[in-house]
Amino acid sequence: MGRGRAAGGALSAAGAGGGGSRAEPGRSDPPASPRSMAGLGGGPAAFGRCTHAVVRALPESLCRQALRSTAGPEVDFARAEREHQLYVGVLRGKLGLQVLELPADESLPDCVFVEDAAVVCEETALLTRPGAPSRRKEVEAMKRVLESLNLNMVEMVDENATLDGGDVLFTGREFFVGLSKRTNQRGAEILADTFKDYAVSTVPVHDSLHLKSFCSMAGPNLIAIGSSEAAQKALKTMQQMSDHRYDKLTVPDDAAANCIYLNIPSKGHVLLHRAPEEYPESAKVFEKLKDHMLIPIANTELEKVDGALTCCSVLINKTSEL
Amino acid sequence: MTTEVGSETEVKKDAEQVGPDKAKGKPEEASETPGNDKSRKASSEETQDSPVPAPTSPSSPSSQKKEKDSSESKGISRFLPPWLKKQKSYTLAEPKDESKKRATGEEQVAEESESHPSEGMAQPKRSLETVAENNAKADDKEEKHSVSSAETQPAKEDGKEMEVEKVTEEKEEKEKRETKEVQTAESIPQKPPKKIKTVQCKVVLLDGTEYSCDLEKKAKGQILFDKVCEHLNLLEKDYFGLLFYENSDQKNWLDSSKEIKRQIRSLPWLFTFNVKFYPPDPSQLTEDITRYFLCLQLRQDIASGRLPCSFVTHALLGSYTLQAEMGDHDPDEHRSDYISDFQFAPNQTQEMEEKVAELHKTHRGLTPAQADSQFLENAKRLSMYGVDLHHAKDSEGVDIMLGVCANGLLIYKDRLRINRFAWPKILKISYKRSNFYIKVRPAELEQFESTIGFKLPNHRAAKRLWKVCVEHHTFFRLLSPEQPPKSKFLTLGSKFRYSGRTQAQTRQASNLIDRPAPYFERSSSKRVSRSLDGAPMSISDQSLLRDFRTRGQPGGDKIIDLAAAGEAKLKEGGREDDGSPLKTPQLELIQDGKSNSLRVDGENIYVRHSNLMLEDLDKTQDDLLKHQASISELKRNFMESTPEPRPNEWEKRRITPLSLQTQGKHASRAEGPCTEVSNADKSSHETLDIVEEKKQAEVGIEETLVIDETNKGKIQVATDAGETCKVEHLPKKDSSSLPSDSSSSSSSESEDEEVGEYQPHHRAVEEVIREEQEEEEDVKRKEHEEKIQHVEATLEVSQLTVPAECTQVAAEDLVQENATAIPTEEKNLSEEIKQDLGEEKEEEQLKLNGDVSHVDTDVSPQIICCSEPPVVKTEMVTISDATQRTEISTKEVPIVQTETKTITYESPQFDGSAGGGAGVLLSAQTITSESISTTTTTHITKMVKGGVSETRIEKRIVITGDADIDHDEALAQAIKEAKEQHPDMSVTRVVVHKETELAEEDED
Repeated sequence: MGRGRAAGGALSAAGAGGGGSRAEPGRSDPPASPRSMAGLGGGPAAFGRCTHAVVRALPESLCRQALRSTAGPEVDFARAEREHQLYVGVLRGKLGLQVLELPADESLPDCVFVEDAAVVCEETALLTRPGAPSRRKEVEAMKRVLESLNLNMVEMVDENATLDGGDVLFTGREFFVGLSKRTNQRGAEILADTFKDYAVSTVPVHDSLHLKSFCSMAGPNLIAIGSSEAAQKALKTMQQMSDHRYDKLTVPDDAAANCIYLNIPSKGHVLLHRAPEEYPESAKVFEKLKDHMLIPIANTELEKVDGALTCCSVLINKTSEL
Repeated sequence: MTTEVGSETEVKKDAEQVGPDKAKGKPEEASETPGNDKSRKASSEETQDSPVPAPTSPSSPSSQKKEKDSSESKGISRFLPPWLKKQKSYTLAEPKDESKKRATGEEQVAEESESHPSEGMAQPKRSLETVAENNAKADDKEEKHSVSSAETQPAKEDGKEMEVEKVTEEKEEKEKRETKEVQTAESIPQKPPKKIKTVQCKVVLLDGTEYSCDLEKKAKGQILFDKVCEHLNLLEKDYFGLLFYENSDQKNWLDSSKEIKRQIRSLPWLFTFNVKFYPPDPSQLTEDITRYFLCLQLRQDIASGRLPCSFVTHALLGSYTLQAEMGDHDPDEHRSDYISDFQFAPNQTQEMEEKVAELHKTHRGLTPAQADSQFLENAKRLSMYGVDLHHAKDSEGVDIMLGVCANGLLIYKDRLRINRFAWPKILKISYKRSNFYIKVRPAELEQFESTIGFKLPNHRAAKRLWKVCVEHHTFFRLLSPEQPPKSKFLTLGSKFRYSGRTQAQTRQASNLIDRPAPYFERSSSKRVSRSLDGAPMSISDQSLLRDFRTRGQPGGDKIIDLAAAGEAKLKEGGREDDGSPLKTPQLELIQDGKSNSLRVDGENIYVRHSNLMLEDLDKTQDDLLKHQASISELKRNFMESTPEPRPNEWEKRRITPLSLQTQGKHASRAEGPCTEVSNADKSSHETLDIVEEKKQAEVGIEETLVIDETNKGKIQVATDAGETCKVEHLPKKDSSSLPSDSSSSSSSESEDEEVGEYQPHHRAVEEVIREEQEEEEDVKRKEHEEKIQHVEATLEVSQLTVPAECTQVAAEDLVQENATAIPTEEKNLSEEIKQDLGEEKEEEQLKLNGDVSHVDTDVSPQIICCSEPPVVKTEMVTISDATQRTEISTKEVPIVQTETKTITYESPQFDGSAGGGAGVLLSAQTITSESISTTTTTHITKMVKGGVSETRIEKRIVITGDADIDHDEALAQAIKEAKEQHPDMSVTRVVVHKETELAEEDED
């Protein structure tokens, strides 16, 4: 798993916590033995492993009715569809994942963003209660497909709880949950109760839709983070809260910091990131990750309605059929 | 006897005048064998009369003891443990002489120190003494509260005879035992059967079995713990401990360095053997048997729900448990229900059992030890592994949980982590009453340290949490435990320190384990699971957990157990009486006054000497402000009990004419660097306060609270700090320490102390340097202060080895304005001499300690103590969080030798004022300002003395920097500025204390 520090200057150690708390390298976990893989995700070594992906086709209603934080040009549906097909094609064809594609539902204009409907970690899936009331029904289809995978299912039934999967960052060692307009404390609590093995820390998110609007995991121990003040502040919070010390990959554009890391047995580190045409400066940063197989993916249309790369899939690692 | 005692006292007085050195000598003399009372008396009297200490013939063991005691009194308490008893008895006896004492005032102090020798005489005959002895035996000798002020003693004596012994320093246990025996022998006539009393002790082991043994009633925790470990065949025992429960949900760790009886009080002698420090990496444990016990603990933790796991993890861990305890899955032998006997989870389902069985099959071939290792490898990654949870409320009254773990302190709200403070980020941990505080480093771009307060259900809970933090910090981050505060200086609050081995030490030690792997049975899970229901621990755990999960409200028990507290205080008082006798009493006095009396008063004296103090003061203010702020804001959070300031009380106290008590001030004056009138006066007031407070303390905590309030009010008056701070994140620079005012008696280790502080000091580990420097500065300042004290008494240049990297020059300007004539008294020469001697003794002590790295540890606490309760400066090598790092840092002990010089320039007039007549303090104010390289502390005191008002401004400037700074120039500049700022005042004294780095040593 030698990710190496090939990223050069862009890849700097993310000091744990500002000010005083340096010198806190997290526990150096010895490589998990095969036997322990079944539990706790097999440790960090298994981070990014993935066998299945759930995606959903986009409805035409998305163009006009999808929620969006800022008004702007209308979504070009045809182009959006092409981009999405490319995205799915990479997952299925290039990476060999079993892709479960749900049909679009015109009554759910945001249904393409499946990430928000479920959080899956190891063998457990938490069906969320999305913060936007108009999206609550998206969960139903998600529930059906996840049940077919025989995952341990937990449903968020508390009517006071809201949680969007986009606010959940799983690092392989712990969860960070953004407290945003879409996700509240109660939702985070239920997530913590669902994934008891892991620490769940909350991170205030103010200026963005979701926590992962400006960050994501770009490697087993590597957090990609945007350069905005809000992003940096959130990173600080995360560092402060964590017993572990993460490396960080800072990219100029917040939106580009949302990427998808996968650990594919035959391909090693794989990173899906925003295309150079969209974010050239950020793409240059990603290109310094020499150990990663880099796959640029354009996401210009869905971005108009706050969609990011991670939003469009739920990644699942099925290790057994138990 | 009484009369005789009186005469003795007088004699002592005489002797005292001669000087403290005599006092020192006397104890030694006194150490002569106690033949009969008469002979003893004679000897003691001789001692007193003859200023020259006669060499004692170490013929009998008792004499040896006495010698030790004497030395102890000198402050070298570590080496000698003996007298405790005698001191005690002496104390008891004293009440009779009280009137005299009070009259004598200052002499009291001397007396006490001297009187130890004579104690022996008095003891046998007095019934009180007997009682005392009994108590003493029962008491924790280890809890040495050394120095209680002499002044306090009388008060306590008045109060009650139930005294707790305080041992000055830890002597070796052997010595102690000897002492005890001897003493017992002496007292035999009066107390017949107590000697060999044994008690039956029961210990619930991790496998659910019970171990019982007979223990001597006075046995220390260590003895029991060792017995248990021996029974278990456990060598790596430092990770473990014994628990006892008061109520069903309050678990306490048995302190191995203290007597069991004193800790459990009236509770049954029932303990639980548990893991105390969860090793972050169990694979580094040396022996399988140790891992096995850790597994047992974790299985308990998991089954009880204390360690939450997901379904999958429950199943996985359960399967390893099966593999370890039953071996390979055997389809014939192991039917579907074989698992039901085990408890893997709080809510075990059929589904889970099936999964466990399935996974069990996959472990074929794993040996029990391997299965345990796998179990641990998975368990250690659980987020709540090794986290000790405590209920608390934040400043807004919201229920939270505080989790103490190897890496620091975690804050949870419900199941969510809402904050985290790694040990390196924490500068100080303290508690006061039911509040628990941490002072944290400024964040990256912030300028100020902040102090964060939490409200615990009661003060015992606060103390428990504090102790756990101290222990965890020490165990996981230090190379070796720090020494507890020296007994010689009175400290308020807990002196508790972790006394066991640190993780680093235990690893080192376990590397030396050379024995064949011991055989042991593994088959306990069933028993564990069954016993869980009834076991007290499970109850507590689950209740805790429940709350944790369900946001249940921790019982907001804010009512302090008055009775218990009162008792504790009494005991403490007793200990204080036993305070190290010969140790510069003056210092003790002052400090006592400091701590006990209103903060404001104390501040007057100490501000100058201790920046830390200043910090404390500020803190206090903040605290107050917080209070008020919070009150006014209707946040019922903090210290609800605190009423509004009552200046009147303060006034009253101040005016109260206890002429006798004024004596105290002399002593304090002596100690104090202060030859200043005002100081003396103040100290006298302090003395008053002390006495009163002590009395009140006996009555109960409520009184204390009142005092507290008073203090606060006073403080506010004195300082015009207008800021309103919330409890959280006080933007105050020195907001760290909490006002220690309240509990005057809290100096003792007793469970009821109200306050405790602990400063985790982190030695620079590589990158840290910048932040570290701050700390170092603190250390330096403290040392520095210490130094200054010496200087003020005498002129001396001393060398001190300081583990610090920065160089510092400090200048202290004393600007005194004589608005009118200042009545000056002549100094009491003998007092001065005493001072000097006392100081020298201190110095000696420091040097005696020998261990360089400890020097500043020794020093700092004292100074801190002046200002606050129990502060521990843990300058130590930091073991960083990472295991790999640990090894590295272990070897890097950054010790830097420094040269320390102190020079005092004093104008003649100044001397005169040292005598210090009584005056009335009008106001006291302290201002601190800081620039990059300098810290300036200005302390302004206004006094009215005999119709003459006097304003005294003391400036303390600490210049820190490396060679790039011209310290001399900076100093000159500082003096110049001082003059310019106060053109109408005259500079009466300049003390320069300079520490220069000499060379680096001990660097590997």
